[in-house]
Amino acid sequence: MSGKTATREAYGRALAELGGYNKRVVVLDADLSKSTKTADFARVFPERFFNMGVAEQNLIGTAAGLAAAGKIPFASTFAVFATGRAFDQIRNSVAYAGLNVKIAATHAGVTVGEDGGSHQSVEDIAVMRSLPNLTVFVPADEAETFGAVRAAAEIDGPVYIRLGRAGVPPVHGQGFRFVPGKAVIIREGRDAAIIATGIMVAAALKAASALAGEGIEARVVSMHTIKPLDVEAVLSAARETGALVTAEEHSVIGGLGGAVCEAVCQLYPVPVKRVGLPDVFGESGKPEELLEKFGLTPSGIADAVRGAVKMKKAGI
Amino acid sequence: MESKEIRMLRERANEIRKDIIRMLGSAGSGHPGGSLSAADIVAALYFKVLRIDPRDPRRPDRDRFILSKGHAAPVLYAALAQRGYFPREELGTLRRLGSRLQGHPDMKKLPGVEMSTGSLGQGLSVANGMALAGKLDGMDYRVYVLLGDGEIQEGQVWEAAMAAAHYGLDNLTAFLDHNGMQIDGPVAEVMSPEPVSDKWRAFGWDVQVIDGHDMAQILGALERASAVKGKPQMIVAETVKGKGVSFMENQVGWHGVAPKPEEAERALAELEGLCLRPGLEGEGDGR
Ligand SMILES: Cc1ncc(C[n+]2csc(CCOP(=O)(O)OP(=O)(O)O)c2C)c(N)n1
Ligand SMILES: [Mg+2]
Repeated sequence: MSGKTATREAYGRALAELGGYNKRVVVLDADLSKSTKTADFARVFPERFFNMGVAEQNLIGTAAGLAAAGKIPFASTFAVFATGRAFDQIRNSVAYAGLNVKIAATHAGVTVGEDGGSHQSVEDIAVMRSLPNLTVFVPADEAETFGAVRAAAEIDGPVYIRLGRAGVPPVHGQGFRFVPGKAVIIREGRDAAIIATGIMVAAALKAASALAGEGIEARVVSMHTIKPLDVEAVLSAARETGALVTAEEHSVIGGLGGAVCEAVCQLYPVPVKRVGLPDVFGESGKPEELLEKFGLTPSGIADAVRGAVKMKKAGI
Repeated sequence: MESKEIRMLRERANEIRKDIIRMLGSAGSGHPGGSLSAADIVAALYFKVLRIDPRDPRRPDRDRFILSKGHAAPVLYAALAQRGYFPREELGTLRRLGSRLQGHPDMKKLPGVEMSTGSLGQGLSVANGMALAGKLDGMDYRVYVLLGDGEIQEGQVWEAAMAAAHYGLDNLTAFLDHNGMQIDGPVAEVMSPEPVSDKWRAFGWDVQVIDGHDMAQILGALERASAVKGKPQMIVAETVKGKGVSFMENQVGWHGVAPKPEEAERALAELEGLCLRPGLEGEGDGR
């Protein structure tokens, strides 16, 4: 496999590419364009780039107005600020109004690293997923990011795209096609299924390889669309493997784990173990150290799979 | 001497006020005070200034009006109905289950509503976005927005004020409905935003102060505003909350309480008395 790319890097390039063939695309940022990589777009299309300064509420509101006048605005800042500071604007001026705004938020999760807990969004999937009308994408790698950005521009309605700061390896081979709302099985297995999203997909693949050595065959599913959730993919994983693990760089409350549990508990109850932050904020440290501390690692996922398989066998 | 046009617009504002009272009376809840204080401004916009076509509510080159203080929805609904966007009878469905006339304006439901509002402080940002898009597309439409004087306590308003001036949005005109009241009391007591004119000027806006119930002043200010180059324009309209209904005027208590049937009747009788030429009927004049 080739080298690592952060999904924010892929976002910047995808955006610049998109701007070339779709003139309706405009981009807004809140004084973080070098970090969110919207600067890549600004360099090529300065007339379609608007820096709103450190003013996230106005960032989202202005994007809503641009959308109402026929533009396809991508508004970017860090995930904590986009979904926290401007939540009411996303709720009322974007989602409730049904406007065609794309909120592409970077620096999600603990891999923000040294900046610490104030900057590490661990709740954004939960809050965004709870809003009617909103589509939620969490790409795992460069290919999924390009797919998510292109798809977002095609969707007529609000979209949230969650992006990361740290480099991630590719998880898909050649010929991968991003279809919104369609999960991707990237490794087959019958004993358990790991449903992962974002940077945890790569970790899930490593966990599956390790488990294979112990005779546990785990399916790995990349759930790049959190909403609308691919309920069919979740249910077939439940039916065909009988033991589920979710993995996300996010609180275990309300994110992918929550969404999967909501689906299976109503439709096909099986044991589910959730890998994520255990209802705590992040803190300063190197990204790898933080992932290790919170068990957001291949071995953390593998432990959860062993646990889920045990529960299945015990008939719990 | 009063021109025919000004007389027509004053009558129109009075008709709008009557619809506001009827709607709120039948709904049994809603916000009369801030709807009545804005009636003259809204009448001037919808019956003289806005370049709009009720038969084609989404045509790209239309002027836009955003009611940022969304709780004054009745004033907007009355104007839209009288301008021909939907049947005037529908005003009676305000706030009912299944109605297109939601408690606060919903752009997904009702034609002519340019933005869903209700959470205060958000409309100016949206107006900025529309004005920016107009500039990008080289279109000559104008964007109008109406803010409340309590509403401007929201920080987002000032983020937007800064941005509008920064981007030189001279295709944007804002009104401040300076009625001096909010829910908990006089604005000056709750949290004074004064001096408002100085603040907007300091944020880089062209500022005019007018009597918001004087039709000639409203039209004059709008005309002057549209000629300003390089700056967004704020028209601070000195208004009376509850204007036109004696027992509602300047009464904080009438912010968000609907008139009971006998109160509505008294209010309508008063407005009838103000009416210069009764029986003026709706329907767009095709402008
Ligand atoms: C964000 C937000 N906070 C609180 C409210 C509740 N609210 C509705 S009207 C109002 C007072 C508004 O006062 P003002 O802007 O002066 O309106 P007007 O006097 O013109 O009616 C408040 C606090 C709201 N709608 N939105
Ligand atoms: Mg007021």
